[in-house]
Amino acid sequence: MVNVLVNLFSRIGAPLTRGIVKLGFACRFFIAILRHSPVSLVRFRLTMREIWFAGVLSVLIIVVSGLFVGMVLALQGYETLVRFGASSSLGVLVALSLVRELGPVVGALLFASRAGSAITAEIGLMKATEQLAAMEMMAVNPVARVVAPRFWGGVISMPLLAAMFSAMGIFGGYLIGVQLLGLDEGSFWSQMQAAVDFRLDVMNGVIKSAFFGVAVSLIAVFEGYDAPPTAEGVSGATTRTVVTSALVILALDFVLTAFMFRGV
Amino acid sequence: MTFVMSAPLVEFRNVSFAYEEEIVLRDVSLTVARGQVVAIMGGSGSGKTTLLKLIGGQIRPDSGEVLVDGENVGNLGERDLYRLRRKLGMLFQFGALFTDLSVFDNVAFPLRERTNLPESMIRDLVLMKLQAVGLRGAARLMPAELSGGMARRVALARAIALDPRVMLYDEPFTGLDPISLATTGKLIRELNDALGTASIVVTHDVAESLALVDYIYFLADGVVVAQGSPDEVRASEHPFVRQFINAEPDGPVPFHKPAAPYAADLGLEAANG
Amino acid sequence: MKRGMIDFWVGLFAVAGAAALLFLALKVSSQSTLAVNQSYELVANFDNIGGLKVRAPIKSAGVVVGRVNAIELDPQRYVARVHMAMDARYQYSRDSSAEILTSGLLGEQYIGITPGADDKMLKSGDTFKITSSAIVLEQLISRFLFSKAEGGNKDSTEAGK
Ligand SMILES: Nc1ncnc2c1ncn2[C@@H]1O[C@H](COP(=O)(O)OP(=O)(O)O)[C@@H](O)[C@H]1O
Ligand SMILES: [Mg+2]
Repeated sequence: MVNVLVNLFSRIGAPLTRGIVKLGFACRFFIAILRHSPVSLVRFRLTMREIWFAGVLSVLIIVVSGLFVGMVLALQGYETLVRFGASSSLGVLVALSLVRELGPVVGALLFASRAGSAITAEIGLMKATEQLAAMEMMAVNPVARVVAPRFWGGVISMPLLAAMFSAMGIFGGYLIGVQLLGLDEGSFWSQMQAAVDFRLDVMNGVIKSAFFGVAVSLIAVFEGYDAPPTAEGVSGATTRTVVTSALVILALDFVLTAFMFRGV
Repeated sequence: MTFVMSAPLVEFRNVSFAYEEEIVLRDVSLTVARGQVVAIMGGSGSGKTTLLKLIGGQIRPDSGEVLVDGENVGNLGERDLYRLRRKLGMLFQFGALFTDLSVFDNVAFPLRERTNLPESMIRDLVLMKLQAVGLRGAARLMPAELSGGMARRVALARAIALDPRVMLYDEPFTGLDPISLATTGKLIRELNDALGTASIVVTHDVAESLALVDYIYFLADGVVVAQGSPDEVRASEHPFVRQFINAEPDGPVPFHKPAAPYAADLGLEAANG
Repeated sequence: MKRGMIDFWVGLFAVAGAAALLFLALKVSSQSTLAVNQSYELVANFDNIGGLKVRAPIKSAGVVVGRVNAIELDPQRYVARVHMAMDARYQYSRDSSAEILTSGLLGEQYIGITPGADDKMLKSGDTFKITSSAIVLEQLISRFLFSKAEGGNKDSTEAGK
């Protein structure tokens, strides 16, 4: 009996311990990034290159996906609303869904798979080819020089990308609702504007995407830095970045939503 | 080479080190003086890279002392460690050039990061270092456009950018064609003599290093099994040294990894029958 | 990638992001909550608020003049106590009344204010004296059916005489 318990504990214990150790390392790493951040903010050009890498290169996928998501939302929403004679609320439906949820969440998921995985691969390869060790031997701290700029580049890019996603989605909704289905343009926009609150809906969406930006960027740089310095190690880390990011984004979204829209 | 044996630049005193349970270095002692080129020889996995990492302070010894220019590396805090590393230059096994920077920017990297020199002076210094390794013409290329030997030489230019006092080379000859290999060997010697550094060359290339270095340590399973000048090594009767120099497949370093008897493994002896 | 090109694209990226945010702020949404220094609070008690929610509009002659700030139950009298943030530009006399109305048959509920004639104005923190509660559709229907049934009975008894 005792043996069975011991066996069980050691079975669960090992991965659990490993997970906790990893989480602890990630926390320590986060603090190290913050401590070494002044360099990336003072020498902003370093961060600039990472905004280009994480942000600019993600614009295309974000904009195109946003447009399609908005168009689908409008088509589906119209089908439902028209049964209740409420088709003039289509703009409200599209805008609220995008600004509150889909913009930040889907934007972050796309960001994680486009930019997060690229950041992990880049840092992981730098580690595997001893570039980070070389930097250390040149008395340059890789966390300050390589990791922190990538982290901040991601953190800065994410809210902008999420806003672009929402804006494009609403535009897509407008194309379908007004141009294709022939809703009245004036009431489409004015109802939307009356129902969407800047502080409660738009700003909370931006705050959400800022949280997601921190989470995804941290996971991406951490997985890259922690990757085993081999080809399989790096490819495994890239996958882990996307999977972990997706889970964390959705869990975090639940917590933030419960917190922000409680009692409304 | 007749250098007065002043205080050694690098000294290991009874150093032991283990990754978790796996003991990598056991009671290693060695000294490298100014002007000397010393080779550390041993098979793969014998702890050569670990030894270099100890000098750079990337890992700390479990027991014993690693002294670089008189300072005990194992006891230094982060700030002092970074100060000490300015005296070190290291050439990594495959160069470890920064893939997103051009050759010029790679060599300029330590100058830009560690000094406040104006850009015009950095330019002059970079071209000087590239000239020293014969690759001034490659300044505009990206690392991906270089051959292995050229990448190694650019990395060498980068390693000497800050005029280090101690140069560390991790397997500088691996994967090079004979001409690049000879060029690299010649460069190591010339740079050492011109800059007055102490150099440690980790290698398993016997012929090249016997011609190049002043002193050789043989490392096997984390222990220094033999040492001496090139002449002493050539004359040595030590079985390990003989096996290494003559490239014999079996000897003190066994061809077979320790295992259960072959027949038992194949199930020929019906041991459990 | 040349430095100048990176700067150019990052600059464009920042402009596009700012434009998207501006679009969301100006075209898509409106500032429905009043800043604290531009508003004052009024209170109204209702027997039943129906489906009234926090942030529901307060309207006067159809114009939005405030928002519901908070709703609580008065534990002594068991009435709903509704706190309203009113636009400081609009003042109401002390005999004004507040009622809960519904936009359309099934639309959202809001508070309508009918101004009175008193020359004393309500001040911040004051309470409306006259209120009328939400019309709850179920009650309305059941009341209607009940009265219909009663009327029907009367008819039949009369016919029976
Ligand atoms: N980071 C590490 N963690 C655990 N073991 C390691 C690590 N690095 C090297 N080792 C082990 O230490 C031993 C010596 O490695 P190394 O010094 O790289 O050998 P060499 O450079 O002589 O080939 C090897 O058995 C290797 O598996
Ligand atoms: Mg090695």
